[in-house]
Amino acid sequence: MSDTILTAENLTRHYSVKGGLMRPDATVRALDGASFSLRPGSTLAVVGESGCGKSTLARVVTMIEPATSGRLTIGGKEIGPNGAKGDRDLRAMVQIVFQDPYGSLNPRQTIGQTLMEPLLLNRPEIGKADREKRAREMLLMVGLRNEHFDRYPHMFSGGQRQRVAVARALMLDPKILVLDEPVSALDLSIQSQILNLLVDLQERLDLAYLFISHDLSVVSHFADELMVMYLGRPVETGPLKDVYAHPRHPYTRALFSATPVADPRRKRNRIKLEGELPSPMAVPPGCPFNPRCWKATDECRQSFPEYTGGRHSYACFHPLAKDELPRAETQA
Amino acid sequence: MALLEIRNLSVEFETVSGAFRAVDGIDISVDRGDLMAIVGESGSGKSVSMLAVMGLLPWTATITADRMEFNGHDLRTLSGRARRKIIGRDLSMIFQEPMSSLNPCFTVGYQIRETLRLHTSLDRKARQTRAIELMEQVGIPAPEKRLSAFPHQMSGGMSQRAMIAMALACEPKLLIADEPTTALDVTIQAQILELLTDLQDRTGMALILITHDMGVVAETVKRVAVQYAGQKVEEQQVEALFDDPHHPYTAALLSALPERSQDRFLPTIPGVVPGQFDRPQGCLFSPRCQFADARCRAVQPQKASAELGYALCHYPLLHGEPQGKEASA
Amino acid sequence: MAEYTAETEHGLQPAPPPGPVREFWHSFKENRGAVIGLVVFSTFLLIAIIAPLLAPYGPAQQFRDHLLQPPVWQDGGSWQFPLGTDPLGRDMVSRLLYGARFSFFIGVVVVAIATFFGVVIGVIAGFAPRWADTLIMRVMDIVLSFPSLLMALVLVAILGPSLINAMIAIAVVLQPHFVRLTRAAVLSERAKDYVTAARVAGSGQLRIMFKTVLPNCLSPIIVQAALSFSTAVLDAAALGFLGMGAQPPTPEWGTMLAEAREFILRAWWVVTLPGLCILVTVLAINLMGDGLRDALDPKLKRS
Repeated sequence: MSDTILTAENLTRHYSVKGGLMRPDATVRALDGASFSLRPGSTLAVVGESGCGKSTLARVVTMIEPATSGRLTIGGKEIGPNGAKGDRDLRAMVQIVFQDPYGSLNPRQTIGQTLMEPLLLNRPEIGKADREKRAREMLLMVGLRNEHFDRYPHMFSGGQRQRVAVARALMLDPKILVLDEPVSALDLSIQSQILNLLVDLQERLDLAYLFISHDLSVVSHFADELMVMYLGRPVETGPLKDVYAHPRHPYTRALFSATPVADPRRKRNRIKLEGELPSPMAVPPGCPFNPRCWKATDECRQSFPEYTGGRHSYACFHPLAKDELPRAETQA
Repeated sequence: MALLEIRNLSVEFETVSGAFRAVDGIDISVDRGDLMAIVGESGSGKSVSMLAVMGLLPWTATITADRMEFNGHDLRTLSGRARRKIIGRDLSMIFQEPMSSLNPCFTVGYQIRETLRLHTSLDRKARQTRAIELMEQVGIPAPEKRLSAFPHQMSGGMSQRAMIAMALACEPKLLIADEPTTALDVTIQAQILELLTDLQDRTGMALILITHDMGVVAETVKRVAVQYAGQKVEEQQVEALFDDPHHPYTAALLSALPERSQDRFLPTIPGVVPGQFDRPQGCLFSPRCQFADARCRAVQPQKASAELGYALCHYPLLHGEPQGKEASA
Repeated sequence: MAEYTAETEHGLQPAPPPGPVREFWHSFKENRGAVIGLVVFSTFLLIAIIAPLLAPYGPAQQFRDHLLQPPVWQDGGSWQFPLGTDPLGRDMVSRLLYGARFSFFIGVVVVAIATFFGVVIGVIAGFAPRWADTLIMRVMDIVLSFPSLLMALVLVAILGPSLINAMIAIAVVLQPHFVRLTRAAVLSERAKDYVTAARVAGSGQLRIMFKTVLPNCLSPIIVQAALSFSTAVLDAAALGFLGMGAQPPTPEWGTMLAEAREFILRAWWVVTLPGLCILVTVLAINLMGDGLRDALDPKLKRS
């Protein structure tokens, strides 16, 4: 497609961990072969449990860390090992909002200073007065007031801080916003305020969102496309409605069924997954999900399945049929 | 008689800038075998009220109550020694962070056996047998081996199971679970919730689940108490609560759930939970309530009837419509 | 729970929450010892500043007729020399008052040098690659492994005895504490999201080190600086006593002690009074530093 703003092909990010006295050096495959694309005005949600590589993905896409291998193209430019170093336009393209609004704002900077810093560093041609004007406009745009400009972060509630974080991310007019669990640290009543703000901003500014979350109920409301990850690998990707209507990968199905739904009358037929999440240091060979999967065969234990399907793609040797009742589910 | 009976419990903290009322006149009554949840956002005082029952608050807290009884003991007048006899045996609690709730210096087995040593008359061998039995009960594979594991050698889910095993060691009559699954992944959360309800069912203990997650509430418990800014604003059976919330706060909270919304924009509750410095005069929810009028802002509301979920509101909702408004206007 | 701030988005005008300065003062004044320390310290500072106005005579002015005259309340004392005179007939009051100047001068200069270099090296170590970090920290460990006074003595022996050299030596000995403290604070701060955010916004390494991270590490450094002040005063006195610091006739308290050593049995005041000044100053600073730590360092905060 011509209107994609970001394309990732086979992105990987490995960390080497120094061994101790008795342990050999190890490689953590935090991200292992992610391919996806982002379009302006739409949202790709990345869901998965801890250790699935979603935060690593965020760091690679924001060019905080280089990818170990694979191709990342942002706005037609291929990202080299140096990331955005020295390329202000490229840096302005992708910005990030973090999960914890208490840790993501510098406690010694006023809100105004926080907002003006990106301009100061990347758009030195903009004068001081103009810089301040833009920051004040942005403050209003995210639903804060003019008098908040000279205050320090500790005087704000979690929801307001998150608004400031969003405002800071928007100061450079980015095309892509990486949202790393932007609402999971917030209370329910504040969460909806921030989600609405994000929806509104997306419509107004035609932003592409990479929305990282573990909360499927938020994702289902918010996203256009969904990517489910497990231990560093995407296991299923596709338009949200398709994936919801017909999950093909057993893990996707299990994740959906494990997510609590606020409806006491809903018939519960949870898939009870056996066992724990393996550590990313010791990913099982073959399909990483095989030790917990009720459909696993020898094939799954030996090799990682190819991605199949078109826009709705998945990596599984035994994809679920439309209304297949998994064995584990019938027990419940 | 109720197992746990609390009337008009208030907790105040001494802070730099004056007293802060974290819990404000809460009533709780739990029967044997009850399965209830206390929901609320941060700052709603849901954990503090339960910590007050357990006697686990720091000295800066002042606890007052008209009645605070557990299993026939008056918790207000109980000496420290007598209280410690009850807590850990008949009354037990598990916390949000399983990793930091276990002592990292001792093996899991040692910690479970220690609980048994303090509260039961079992001998050394019987304690070991009981510990293995408990580990099996909470679904930990290879319990003999796991007993000699240190907490850092176990995953979050396993540690929470071990915490539950420890809490269950003396077959408590009441287990308080404070956000037991918040720190865990979704698939592990499902396992732990299943385990808790299953154990509650089998042992007949009462279970109070403290949480902020409406989904967990809907799928797990029978009865729900909703707290806001230190007050209990509503209490109902779970189906009734989700069908017809009587307090405007509950109603607003439920409609703000992303999964219940069809629209691209979610209904929101404006503003934030009142803190120490901006407690409103009348109803604490009045600044954020869409139905609030002058009376709400000036006069503190009284509890409504049981049919209206004891809603702490001047105009409790019935099928989304505020009641009694015309009469007073 | 107390995290909740008073801000509301919808027009409520609540009382503002206490600002950081007020909150600091509130926890500081809880500690009575710290307040006493602050009062004593301020008094000494004031005395040091206006010493020429207070002192009846110059510090080196000799009265040959009044050698070793006892203080006023003892037989043979007079109001001319309220605290007596030393073996050379100099007025004790004047010398002690001027001595306060030296002590504060030493404290300020030593702490400034040690803090500046310690903080810069500490920040560099916190951001440096692993090998450089290890190298810096091992060097600091080596400095720390010597008894501090011995190390200072060695340095003075190399540089030659004078007040300036003594101050340099003490600063070198104190500075590893600042390095370690700064590095630890930097390591915990730099993992936070706001640092990553600054990086995404395009901050260079130097800006992140000194503009973003360092201001957030200052609390423990301030506390350490306050406590080092007393160490500096004490070490300078010790060096002076050993003849390796300020040289006579400088009215520095430690040097005064050393000069009067042989008269300790005949004239108690020449030894006791400078010693008492050192004791009170150091005690006051330490009390104040403890209060600062309680008020500034959240990790050590009580309750």
